[in-house]
Amino acid sequence: MAAMTPTPTRNTVEALEAAAAGEPAATPARTPRRSRPRPRVWRGAVLLLAGAYFLVPLVASFVFTVHVPGQGVTFTAYTELLAADGFTESLLLSLGLAAATIALSLLLAVPALVGVRIGSPRLRPVVEVMCMLPLVVPPIALVTGITTVLRWGPEHLSRTPLYQTFLAVQDERFPVVLVLAYTVLALPFVYRSLDAGLRAVDVPTLVEAARSCGASWPYVVLRVLLPNLRASLAGAAFLTLALVLGEFTIASLLGFRPFAVWIVSISGAQARMSVAVSILSLLITWLLLLVLSRAGTTPTAATGVAPTSRKES
Amino acid sequence: MSASSTTPHQGTAGGARRRRRGPRTWLATLPLLVFTGLCFGIPLGAIAFGAVTTTDPARGTTALTGEHLARSLQGPYLDSLVGSVRLSALTALLGGVLGVLIAQAVVTSRSTALRSATLTASGVLANFGGVPLAFAFIATAGISGVVTRLADLGGLGWNLYSFTGLSVVYLYFLTPLMVLVIAPALDGLRPQWREAAENSGATGRQFWRHVGLPVLAPSLLGGFVLLFGTAFAAHATAAALVGGSVPLVTLKIADALAGNVLTGQENVALALGLDMILIAGLVMAVYLPLQRRSARWLR
Repeated sequence: MAAMTPTPTRNTVEALEAAAAGEPAATPARTPRRSRPRPRVWRGAVLLLAGAYFLVPLVASFVFTVHVPGQGVTFTAYTELLAADGFTESLLLSLGLAAATIALSLLLAVPALVGVRIGSPRLRPVVEVMCMLPLVVPPIALVTGITTVLRWGPEHLSRTPLYQTFLAVQDERFPVVLVLAYTVLALPFVYRSLDAGLRAVDVPTLVEAARSCGASWPYVVLRVLLPNLRASLAGAAFLTLALVLGEFTIASLLGFRPFAVWIVSISGAQARMSVAVSILSLLITWLLLLVLSRAGTTPTAATGVAPTSRKES
Repeated sequence: MSASSTTPHQGTAGGARRRRRGPRTWLATLPLLVFTGLCFGIPLGAIAFGAVTTTDPARGTTALTGEHLARSLQGPYLDSLVGSVRLSALTALLGGVLGVLIAQAVVTSRSTALRSATLTASGVLANFGGVPLAFAFIATAGISGVVTRLADLGGLGWNLYSFTGLSVVYLYFLTPLMVLVIAPALDGLRPQWREAAENSGATGRQFWRHVGLPVLAPSLLGGFVLLFGTAFAAHATAAALVGGSVPLVTLKIADALAGNVLTGQENVALALGLDMILIAGLVMAVYLPLQRRSARWLR
């Protein structure tokens, strides 16, 4: 909140900006800030209002979960959570799906991106387009396609061995079809995170150096490249985890019951508990983000985490 | 002597490796390409195919038809598309403006703690969409929500389960998203450019007209478009919050898929899905080049 202007240049710049007031979008709020007497007022007001808007729902939700009108404060919404019907199953299912999705998306993306960096630069646009395309398809549209494809199973393939595959993918206990769909959804974020990480590392030189020292290819990948990519791998994994834990659309329309679907299913009977779980899931996400930013101290981690994750879906 | 004997040897080894490396690295991309082709391409193809064909159940023949697409652009389906576009445009605009204000406040304050705290919080909140967000808002501003009771919002005509309510909820994850997108761009406006403009005799207005806004414009528009796309594709929040009281295309698709309306609506759902993909594709076609353009100036 330092309002001091250290250099004369800064002053002229601000005077310039002040004169530029009246331009659309980016500028309207600049005028009050630039007029010297009250530089902090505008900034303070914006941040205060924003802070209030973003904090009130969190605080109010917490109050909602612990305060029962007419009964006072009680923490039953949290204490009864573990015993709640379906809580553990749905959470474990979501975590399992997340682990499988992270493993699959990294197994697919890491070799492809490293390969493109080392020896096939001409494939790069192809890989990029393939990874970014899922951004264009909203999850709800993707799920219409998936249900259509799944319906082919019973309709056309009931006499072929493929039919068994169709059934196996839709196993209630571990729906592989969700892992496949989530991997598709996660690819853009995994790609961006890994691409940012690879950009920060001179891959060809590292590989040449390691190979010249007699390292085998698996050694190069496991002991030289991956440690350099630690931050972006963590970023990709985190984004995928957040995406899978919060995913509702695809799972609910395909009729499975991971965590997000479970929260909705209990909301009617146990409103307090559903809000409590919602708060907890925010806290867990926050914690993961902190751990991640601790793990990867480079700015690549931040770029991996920050933009355009679309958990909302 | 030894040098002259080792050099060609290394050269051939390198050459041999390069020849082997070509196909090998190409193979590394194969699993990814096959996977996206199968798990993304096939559903996508099914959408496109189902949206423009109809199958006669009696004879089992399939014929091309524009009927589903036409129906997806009529009556309640058209209303839902328009409703989604309206909601997305409004929230993207508001979220964009608010995001720029917050980002500017943070960027111009020279407190690094405030800056990193805001950016971290934005990163988290931008991800706080979906079901948990809907329930947080129900607890806050729903019919028996905490703030509703405290401030008697009900008496003021407030209704969370409406277009306005939904907009307020959407802004909760769209605004932080805009902060994340626009903060680097605001950072990238170099003081030197302003000095250069001033030294060349430009007024502040001229600077913004010819330098500031052109540099920021791709990021601003890109941010808006990204917010629009995010709001447009959002389904979970709306599904958990309003059910069906606000016409949104994502809710209509979910209804049609679940067979809540009439059976045999699946193809209309596919057609609606295709409509969405076309709109989202348009959005991305605007966004990606813009992002590349702004990356040229802001690095």
